[in-house]
Amino acid sequence: MYPRWLWPLSAIPGVVWLLLLFLLPLYVVVGVAFGSVDPVLLQPIPAWNPADWNTSWISHVLDQLLPGNVFWDVAVRTCEYVGLSLAGCILIGYPVAYFVARHASRTKSMLLILLVLPFWISYLMRMLAWINLLSPGGYGLRFLSATGISSVLFHLGVISDPSNYLGGQSFTVILGLIYGYIPYFILPLYASLDRIDRSHLEAARDLGASPFRAFWHVTVPLSKTGLLGGAVLITLPMFGDYYTPNIVSGAPTTSMIGNQIDLYFHGGPQPTIGAAITILLSAFLMVLMLYYIRTIHRASREIPA
Amino acid sequence: MSQTLARRPARESEFGYTRRLRGWFGNQWGKPRFLVLVTWGYIVWSIVPVLIAIQFSFNNSRSLSIWHGFTLKWYTSTDPNIDSVFHSAELRGALEQSMKLAGLDVLIATPIGVLLALGLARWRGRGSGASNFLMLFPLVTPEIVAGVSLLLLFSQLLTFVPFGTVAQLLGHVTFSISYVVVIVRGRLFSIGPSYEEAAADLGAAPATRLTRVLLPLLLPAIVASAAIVFAISIDDFVISQWLSNGANSTTVPMEIYDATRATPQPSTDGIATVIMVITLLSVVAGVLVYRFFTRGESGRGSAVDDVAGFGI
Repeated sequence: MYPRWLWPLSAIPGVVWLLLLFLLPLYVVVGVAFGSVDPVLLQPIPAWNPADWNTSWISHVLDQLLPGNVFWDVAVRTCEYVGLSLAGCILIGYPVAYFVARHASRTKSMLLILLVLPFWISYLMRMLAWINLLSPGGYGLRFLSATGISSVLFHLGVISDPSNYLGGQSFTVILGLIYGYIPYFILPLYASLDRIDRSHLEAARDLGASPFRAFWHVTVPLSKTGLLGGAVLITLPMFGDYYTPNIVSGAPTTSMIGNQIDLYFHGGPQPTIGAAITILLSAFLMVLMLYYIRTIHRASREIPA
Repeated sequence: MSQTLARRPARESEFGYTRRLRGWFGNQWGKPRFLVLVTWGYIVWSIVPVLIAIQFSFNNSRSLSIWHGFTLKWYTSTDPNIDSVFHSAELRGALEQSMKLAGLDVLIATPIGVLLALGLARWRGRGSGASNFLMLFPLVTPEIVAGVSLLLLFSQLLTFVPFGTVAQLLGHVTFSISYVVVIVRGRLFSIGPSYEEAAADLGAAPATRLTRVLLPLLLPAIVASAAIVFAISIDDFVISQWLSNGANSTTVPMEIYDATRATPQPSTDGIATVIMVITLLSVVAGVLVYRFFTRGESGRGSAVDDVAGFGI
């Protein structure tokens, strides 16, 4: 119907742009991580040819990742923070998405707008809001101590100082991560819950399943795509996050792997080590990235052309 | 109705309070009070902190936690001792930089993305699969990886690209294109080829089909993606920070970040509020234009549903 050359031609600008400014830069990171460092200027000397690759930086970082070394603690802490934040997002997000998809009728569009709203409010502003709340005399701090939540958290050992939430508390960092990323988790989950055909559930109930069994054996498996998709969608950026811990804590005791990368580029003169950590982090996250790409790819093919 | 269903004979032997507890959690035909509570609790928790931050941008004191009465001085004051949003060189500069980057990003990323979406949806030759894959990757790459890679690109290889606005813009466009593609391609699939086939049967030349049939049909998606690109660019912190050249290219999120690491002032809340209002206005405008262009279409849900289902 159209000339054969038209569609490849129309894709060319975008493909060239992405090759030059997305793929090539990733190769530059590899080149720097496998390159060497100028002994005088301390500037990285990238190795472009794989034959010249020098693996000493990568193995240095891998060494430091062994138990007991510098990066081990950071890596474990990062996994803990991401895992706990993800658990928090699921615990809060699943009931919310479920309610809006299944039970809200008259209020549904209003609820959806309220769920989408945080998307359009700058992440940094939402973190700033917590600084307001948790700084001395802030509403949040007063609320937490008036309701006794602070002392409960203190006695449980969750926070080490009930009057100082912003000085290196893991609790605050996890709270910040959940607050920051949960909107991105709820929406895909909502979309997949909303798509479930109600008659499956009615069938399960007619066949004698209890509400809980019906939920567990029908709703949960059918919402699996949205659940996994949302989880991957927030896990990936959380692993690369460095600004959330910096804003709500700022202490080295809560630093994540992203903070290490940030430090090696912005704090110290060792971009080569930073590049090596970046490569290892990307390799670690590759499985999740490929899983998510496959999901989007499949979803886009399922729409009838 | 919930009463009759909840009182099934098998449950009669249970104690009253257990049954009431089951009613709260388990009775899926009744009113799910537990879910109502969690949902509204979540919504209050997600919105109220931001409202309080907005409130303190009007605080008649430097404090961000104790209310001293209403003032507009953090927005409009020309007093040199007060860094007001519209008169402090630093804050004004950040606002202008954010707006400039977002505007240029929309102008560059939208056409490239629309063309790429058309190409990827209809090109079936060698390389189309790989291009598809390449297009999806920026969506899942953690921003810090993107920041590191572009920083090293511009400092090691393409050293003629200056850090600051140019580098930031190149970075923003790179990570906006894929959003345009995903949105426009979804629309392409949902309109299908039949309109263009009809136009061809009626004798329209390829150029006419593109400009008079396909383009008007794609317009809602183009508008929606432009609004989303604008919002993403305004909100972006990591790429702007990694590719900045210091004070001249500070954006609003960078300004907020720097302030939270030093001492945030009511004007920090103020600049965040201004940028939030701009983003919300652009999104509302996008939704209204989308509604206007898709009026009378059946089947697909609202713009909110489209945004909600986006990505999965």
